[in-house]
Amino acid sequence: MPAVQETVDQVRRIDVDQYKYGFETIIESDKAPKGLNDDTVRFISAKKNEPQWMLDWRLDAYRRWQTMREPNWAKVHYPPIDYQDLYYYSAPKKKDGPKSLDEIDPEILETYRKLGIPLRETEALLGIQRPAGEAADGGENGESGESGYGRRVAVDAVFDSVSVATTFKEELAKVGVLFMPISEALQKHPDLVKQYLGTVVPVTDNFFATLNAAVFSDGSFVYVPPGVRCPMELSTYFRINERNTGQFERTLIIADKGSYVSYLEGCTAPSRDENQLHAAVVELIALDDAEIKYSTIQNWYPGDKNGKGGVYNFVTKRGDCRGARSKISWTQLETGSAITWKYPSCILRGDDSRGEFYSIAISNGHQQVDSGTKMIHLGKNTISRIISKGISAGQSQNTYRGLVSAHRKAKGARNFTNCDSLLIGDKCGAHTVPYIEAKNASAVIEHEATTSKISEATLFYCRQRGLSAEEAVALVVNGFVKDVLQTLPMEFAVEAQKLISVSLEGSVG
Amino acid sequence: MNAELRPIKTAAETALSAAFAAQKAQLPGMASAREAAFKRFEAAGLPHRRVEDWKYTDLRALMREAKPLAPRPDAVALARAKNAGAAFAAVEGRRIVLVDGVFIPELSDLAALEPGLSIRSMALAAGDPAIAERLGHVVATDNVAVALNTAFMADGVVIDVAERAALTRPLHLVAFNSGGAPASVFTRSLATIGKGARAMLIESHEGAPGNDYQVNTALELTVGDEAHVDHVKITGEGAGALHVSSLMVAVGAHARFNEFLFTAGAAVVRNQLFVRFDGEGTVAGIRGATLLNGREHADTTLVADHVAGDCVAREVFKSVLDGESRGVFQGKIIVRPHAQKTDSKMAAHALLLSEEAEADSKPELEIFADDVQCGHGSTAGALDDDLLFYLKARGIPAKEAEALMIQAFVGEAIDGIEHAGLRDTLIDHVAAWLKKRS
Amino acid sequence: MALLEIKNLHVSVDGKQILNGLDLVVENGQVAAIMGPNGSGKSTLAHVLAGKADYEVTQGQVLFDGEDLLALAPDERAAKGVFLAFQYPLEIPGVATMTFLRTALNAQRKKRGQEELSAPDFNRRVFDAAGKLGIERDMLRRGVNVGFSGGEKKRNEVLQMALLEPRLCVLDETDSGLDIDALKVVSEGVNRLRAPNRAFVVITHYQRLLDHIVPDVVHVLSRGRIARTGGKELAHELEAQGYAQYQEAVAS
Repeated sequence: MPAVQETVDQVRRIDVDQYKYGFETIIESDKAPKGLNDDTVRFISAKKNEPQWMLDWRLDAYRRWQTMREPNWAKVHYPPIDYQDLYYYSAPKKKDGPKSLDEIDPEILETYRKLGIPLRETEALLGIQRPAGEAADGGENGESGESGYGRRVAVDAVFDSVSVATTFKEELAKVGVLFMPISEALQKHPDLVKQYLGTVVPVTDNFFATLNAAVFSDGSFVYVPPGVRCPMELSTYFRINERNTGQFERTLIIADKGSYVSYLEGCTAPSRDENQLHAAVVELIALDDAEIKYSTIQNWYPGDKNGKGGVYNFVTKRGDCRGARSKISWTQLETGSAITWKYPSCILRGDDSRGEFYSIAISNGHQQVDSGTKMIHLGKNTISRIISKGISAGQSQNTYRGLVSAHRKAKGARNFTNCDSLLIGDKCGAHTVPYIEAKNASAVIEHEATTSKISEATLFYCRQRGLSAEEAVALVVNGFVKDVLQTLPMEFAVEAQKLISVSLEGSVG
Repeated sequence: MNAELRPIKTAAETALSAAFAAQKAQLPGMASAREAAFKRFEAAGLPHRRVEDWKYTDLRALMREAKPLAPRPDAVALARAKNAGAAFAAVEGRRIVLVDGVFIPELSDLAALEPGLSIRSMALAAGDPAIAERLGHVVATDNVAVALNTAFMADGVVIDVAERAALTRPLHLVAFNSGGAPASVFTRSLATIGKGARAMLIESHEGAPGNDYQVNTALELTVGDEAHVDHVKITGEGAGALHVSSLMVAVGAHARFNEFLFTAGAAVVRNQLFVRFDGEGTVAGIRGATLLNGREHADTTLVADHVAGDCVAREVFKSVLDGESRGVFQGKIIVRPHAQKTDSKMAAHALLLSEEAEADSKPELEIFADDVQCGHGSTAGALDDDLLFYLKARGIPAKEAEALMIQAFVGEAIDGIEHAGLRDTLIDHVAAWLKKRS
Repeated sequence: MALLEIKNLHVSVDGKQILNGLDLVVENGQVAAIMGPNGSGKSTLAHVLAGKADYEVTQGQVLFDGEDLLALAPDERAAKGVFLAFQYPLEIPGVATMTFLRTALNAQRKKRGQEELSAPDFNRRVFDAAGKLGIERDMLRRGVNVGFSGGEKKRNEVLQMALLEPRLCVLDETDSGLDIDALKVVSEGVNRLRAPNRAFVVITHYQRLLDHIVPDVVHVLSRGRIARTGGKELAHELEAQGYAQYQEAVAS
């Protein structure tokens, strides 16, 4: 695997404070006034030209949010957030929605060009300008896209609060796949949005989800019609650029009967001293025989080596296997953010439905991660599988928190959970908090967890073969997370491997 | 939606407050500690499901009322207690009998104590400043059940085993409920096993099925350096009982400590176990078996806190759940910074025998040191159909095949008990439970 | 100039003195056997040469090709050509043997200022060396030493030795845990690597390994220093008489 070597080079090149994506794009932006009140909500809704029902929905959420308290059960600590000291809406200034790349601020394009490597979205963005014939070729034999190399990715890029570009729209439209900013979907397909929005993560689900419902500004919307296998990877790219801006995107993905879609989300934020708030909501709905594969590579700015700055990532992600034999699979690589609080979950409602959660969570420096999943078995013969790999280095704290629950009627439910933690250095912590609830006798739940360190003997063995201390750690860690890396789409696995070693930079010696 | 303001007091909370106000003057010694503990209870109230440690055992809902404090046992009660603990005859232990929470020397076997062994009544000792100083400090906790115990404790025993003393017979603490008027019992015991000493302490809690009572019992146990201590607690309360137990253990260096919790009986059981490893080089086995039926609810909550490194701990808990019962296991392994070379592994397995039974498990790891080997495993499921079929194919009737498999399942934990007589007795208990089931 | 020159080496572990003024010279192309009773310091010598932490050199020096070996980090020593065949090779789950070999080889080549090997060239070399040792390709795809038998682990060590082309091979009790067939395969593998510009230090408790890897010289290590040096017949003498005299000789 040449990626190992690339990984190793990467470690050497990048200094701990040189967060690769920490450049700032200076563009004019259009902001809502600082702070949060009814008017902010109305402002956002008006900006988006939303229907009345949507505004009412938001205002209702806002009213409920005011009665709620911030959760404090996670093993994370941070100073109180002043919700009145944030901007809730920031959009790059523009006259109308972009119709082609030419209309997009070159600064933004430049930003994506610089970001290019992890998600190849620059290439994807440029794809818009490719001759139509070329695109059509790929459209006709979508199956051939499986070969990996040269596989195209349709990208919806979200910059601060708004979607700036969506690629391959026309090609997707040919097979009936809707992929667009959710603000656009509210205009063009309001009935679909209304039918599904908030049905997986209810408005009052939790403090951050409710806040999101009130102020979300954009995000992606995907609808895959019955029987359609989406011909390419869909991807959203999130980036927080503005200072003191909260990013509240909302993603809604519906896979109708017998359809399939693979979706990838990537995130970065420039380095700043202030903490930036990210409170997203992702809702997935899989109907009968449908499958959704959702992958995340999260490398928001983690703060500097003294623990200053970084993103607060408080995210609610939930999938509803609503139909029989449906399947939802979450894969996540979490390397960034000062604080991560997220539990991508599956509600296994349909009989014979299946949920998967594969996670690599790496914490270094002063990062705090509290992440895991919930697998709620409601339907008969539902199956879930959880593989979690936590790596703690530096002075970080890394917690796996998970719930597996087999309800009375979930006869024949099965779960297998494996969560392993690896500690690098003696100043970090690794914690495991699983909740296991078996409410019927035919359910079989198996959970195992281990905590270990990279043994000195193993490191010495690698060094005796010529690897430096950091190369040795990167090699062993890549081995440790291999099971999960394999579940990422091919083109991202290599990037993921690089990210892992970059994140572990400075963890040894 | 989160920790809201304290709601209105429940009937049980109100009754406890009234009982404390009315009777605190009559309770033996520790006046200021009782006041402080009761304040702690009043501030928190009875623990409920929003309190993380009580998520699966909502005491506020399960304890609808608080029974009046038990009166001193009269002659009738004492007569009933004559054969208390007889089920453990094979153990040949030294009986120490508590009836309705009161230590009864006349029923206890206090003759010819081995050198270095001392047994006293807690009611008498609680006034002793030396005891007051130790009480509540073996493993300090702000746990509300312990606070209630501190506030209301009426009696119990104080056991001291001197350095290097080796007890030839197990100490058998029998806590017997005589079945008078509905009552609640608060007992507190303190056992201190000196350096290099050898002791086995068995606690059995029993009462007749029809008795209506509540028990809050606590034991603070100190295991000295190089000591070898076995503690076995058998909860065999009557079917109507509510039993809350707290065990606080501080283990020294190079010691051996074996704990076993056997639970079968009582409507509601909460067994809390706080074990702290204070010294290096200790080997510990912490095990348990729970057998539930009907609407019984039993919760085992264990915290294994590794303050010192280089200890080996093995935890194995098995529950067999029938009827509409609910078995809860919460186990947390904590490895503090510097507790390097800790080797701590925990396993919790639940066997569900009926569609209506429920198993909840929450095995936690909280690790702050890197050079450790820690892990846990947890499973829940029914009996293996293939294995059942195999046994049946060999001519074993279904019920017997099931019984055989259940015995094997529980046996894995019971086998960890070193005392052969006790092991056999508990295997008999399992057999009796199975017989009653079929 | 000798390839390896150890002068008056004193080494302690956890404050306990293990090597007590050891002197040893290994010439280019030589196969030197180090024999000795348990606890005489054989494995300590192997680990000190490779640069394992926790071994404190209190006195003396080790010259490799005239250069101070002790000043180098373990990976630098490896790049210079020092190879230790471990008595207990470590398992690295999730890292395919192929990946491990390539990473190690290229890391060393880079340190020496050489080009990385192309994939076909690398594969050819590995398959070639593996074939000679009877190592199946399937094993190369599995995690390093994970689920390997004792014999497979030792063969994997020899495979790495063949591929990395070291100048000094230190074999630490390579015969331990091997049956006679595995011992033969491993020994043949080592013998194929014997060359005028490569030396071997073969550490063993038993003479049987030396029937297969015939040494040029045999040193007896006792109480942390070389107590006697002789030809290959010395190994047979030790087999017949045991180590008792060496334990006493130093003790008195």
